[in-house]
Amino acid sequence: MSVNQTSFRSKWRTLTDRAVSVLAILATLLVIAPLVAIFIYLIVKGASSLNLAFFTQVPKPVGEVGGGMANAVVGSAVLLAIASVIGVPVGIGGGIYLAEFGRGTKLANAIRFTADVLNGVPSIVMGLAAYSLIVLPQGHFSAFSGGVALGIMMIPTVCRTSEEMLLMVPNAIREAALGLGLPNWRAVLSITVKTASPGIITGCMLAFARVAGETAPLIFTALGNSFWSTSLNQPIAALPLQIYVYALSPYDDWHRLAWAGALVLIALIVIAVSLVRYVTSRGVLKGAS
Amino acid sequence: MGVGIEVASLNAWYGTNHTLQDITLNIPANHATALIGPSGCGKSTFVRCLNRMHETNPIARVTGTVRIGDLDIYSDAQPVEIRRRVGMVFQRPNPFPTMSIYDNVASGLKLNGYSNRRALDEIVERSLKSSALWDEVKDDLKSKSGASLSGGQQQRLCIARALAVDPEVLLMDEPASALDPVSTSKIEDLIFQLKSQYTIVIVTHNMQQAARVAENTGFFLNGRMVEFDSTHKIFTNPSDKRTEDYITGRFG
Amino acid sequence: MPEIRISHPQVKAELQSPAVTEAAETRTTEVSAVRKFLMSRGNSSFSDRCFHVLMVLCALSIFGIVLFILMELMHTSSLAWNKFGISFFFKTYMDPNTGLPSYWDPVNGHFSAIPFVYGTLVSSLMALVLAVPLAIGVAIFLTEMCPGVLRGPLAFITELLAAIPSIVYGLWAVFILVPLLREHVNPALISTFGWTKLFGADNPTGLGYLSASVILAIMILPIISSLTREVMTAVPHSQREAVLALGATRWEMIRTGVLRNARIGIVGAVILGLGRALGETMAVTMVIGNSAEIHRSLLANGTSMSAVIANEFAEASGDLHRSALIEIGLALFIVTIIVNALARLLVWAVTRGAPARVH
Repeated sequence: MSVNQTSFRSKWRTLTDRAVSVLAILATLLVIAPLVAIFIYLIVKGASSLNLAFFTQVPKPVGEVGGGMANAVVGSAVLLAIASVIGVPVGIGGGIYLAEFGRGTKLANAIRFTADVLNGVPSIVMGLAAYSLIVLPQGHFSAFSGGVALGIMMIPTVCRTSEEMLLMVPNAIREAALGLGLPNWRAVLSITVKTASPGIITGCMLAFARVAGETAPLIFTALGNSFWSTSLNQPIAALPLQIYVYALSPYDDWHRLAWAGALVLIALIVIAVSLVRYVTSRGVLKGAS
Repeated sequence: MGVGIEVASLNAWYGTNHTLQDITLNIPANHATALIGPSGCGKSTFVRCLNRMHETNPIARVTGTVRIGDLDIYSDAQPVEIRRRVGMVFQRPNPFPTMSIYDNVASGLKLNGYSNRRALDEIVERSLKSSALWDEVKDDLKSKSGASLSGGQQQRLCIARALAVDPEVLLMDEPASALDPVSTSKIEDLIFQLKSQYTIVIVTHNMQQAARVAENTGFFLNGRMVEFDSTHKIFTNPSDKRTEDYITGRFG
Repeated sequence: MPEIRISHPQVKAELQSPAVTEAAETRTTEVSAVRKFLMSRGNSSFSDRCFHVLMVLCALSIFGIVLFILMELMHTSSLAWNKFGISFFFKTYMDPNTGLPSYWDPVNGHFSAIPFVYGTLVSSLMALVLAVPLAIGVAIFLTEMCPGVLRGPLAFITELLAAIPSIVYGLWAVFILVPLLREHVNPALISTFGWTKLFGADNPTGLGYLSASVILAIMILPIISSLTREVMTAVPHSQREAVLALGATRWEMIRTGVLRNARIGIVGAVILGLGRALGETMAVTMVIGNSAEIHRSLLANGTSMSAVIANEFAEASGDLHRSALIEIGLALFIVTIIVNALARLLVWAVTRGAPARVH
């Protein structure tokens, strides 16, 4: 190659290198900045609308200013409670199987794979299944059906996070328990699971936070309720449902409440995600003092 | 009081790896027996066969007989029962991190359903005294977690935990290798005190330790037991040349 | 013979303490109590087996859920399936009043899934077009160029953003994004690209395929980006070093040393993003305009499979209507399962480990 050609070639390479660096940084800014802006916007708009009335009052009739989403907050709590009864024990049990019994087996790999795939299935499908199973035969919408839909959603999530947390427990602890002559079920429950419990609990919290924000599965199971109700056999209000209805309404006051509700949901998520990070990074699970 | 261990034609496999070949020996009661040999010679595997801990690995397999006292541990009992009679102390101290010192020591009993509180208090105190840890922790029994102690203290805690279930045999797999010299010598003193009450089998890669602590020593090489005799004989006048080579440091 | 002296350690003072000897004495008397107790505990093999079985059942519930959903949906969509068969997905009807093609007419019992499939595909693919270059750019920046100090906080933000509920994104989209597009972006698009017929001027609301695609892109970005990062980090350093040792610039090193090795996984990450976009419901419903027609213009009101279910199901008129909606849901279920499974396989092929905790 002549001198001119080589220097052109190397100039071109340097140019592309710099260009790509700039593009990558631009992409990051273009992505992170608006996303952070969304976050901040939500917090600001929501905080200005959030007050004590939000948690203590039920919605006022259409057109009247004020009121809150107390029924929706309580309703979400009821739905979460039902969902946990289904989702937490089964999910943790599945996690225990994957970490303690099935490690390395083909069955465990298949289950883990399926759980991950299930986590990607649209939540509205879960709602349809719960509708088909419960609402249709019963002939009416109910909090119970909504709770079941959410509970089914929780199982794969809780299973995977429990498995991950259990895998973090050092093997030496399991050996110590077995070496003492403890039955396997005792060793697993009272030693291994107990050691991993901070992580398992925060993993469940993460599942709660995720499921608390789900709207689609509730649209035709729990249905929503503008009045106060905690009955399992009746439609029940839920925070995301209420936000949905209010957001699409023409009333400014309801929009304000919707933002406040969104902020509550975001706060839940932030707390749960932060807790999980804290627990897994500080070596709390390894027993570091 | 401890019991003797009779091992006859013990073979062990991990998958297709024939880790132990035809081990036959008698470990006398109420004595300390040391097992020495280069890394990977199978001494740890052997010791784990004595309380069926090697079975926790799904690809492990064993043939032959091991009698502890008058019990054939492979055909007459389940692993859980054996492990209550044969205690184990591991290479790295592994106290239960979520439990206090008291709960750690009591765990073998409490988690098996023992509920007599007063008796538990006495057992915990006695076990901690036997492992020479009592004076250092007696004021913090329930307030400090097992993991907050130093390495040497943690290992003595693990010894106390193993002793609390009153085993007949105590297996120790390189119990001092992760500790500093001061802690190591404390552990050795302990073994010396304990062997009059238990049968102790100690795996060590430290020949001086074997010499200090054990009446009998077995030399393992490549999955076989080359020689088993009184410690004095092994170290001053071994019968097998391979033993002599190892002792003098020609390999391993 | 080497000097290995057999000497018994001097019994130290503290070990001769009364405490130890007393302990030894009391032990002999209480020995049988503890041993007796433990021997009476039995061998627990029954309870161990029960425990094992219980745990296996819990784990198998994962398979059970998939089967359960499949069965329930097939059962309740059978009405529509029996009536329309496979043509449900490609039949076009004629509106008797206007003479125009009609697809979804609950009043007359005409049900065709074409507009919803079309809408789902258009919005998802457009979301990918918008999101993938940016996501890969972010991933490159975070793995190869970012100073270590920033990495942690940025990763944390990404995880948070992936966890924000759809309804919240939808809320933001309705009040911030749609007006933004309507006022500033759409007119520009119409005037510059109107000739392609992709950007028609007849929808003044700002809702439509474009808005849905943009919010979808924002929602799937964190997932694609973090999975791409994971895949890129799984490429061993030796690959990078080998290329650098040949005198490559940083971009060349990234291109040949990292991206080429990770490309299968990156494809997997993209497909995973597609899977999420296909099923996204609330945010899409709120901004897509909800019109069961097909338009070429990206600014026109549209619909999607999940959007129509969310909109119409609670007040569906009649069993056939509901059954048709459930059939759409079943199709969505099957498609997302396949897409997600494919994506996970591809990612696993590169990372060779348990797939990430990506929600």
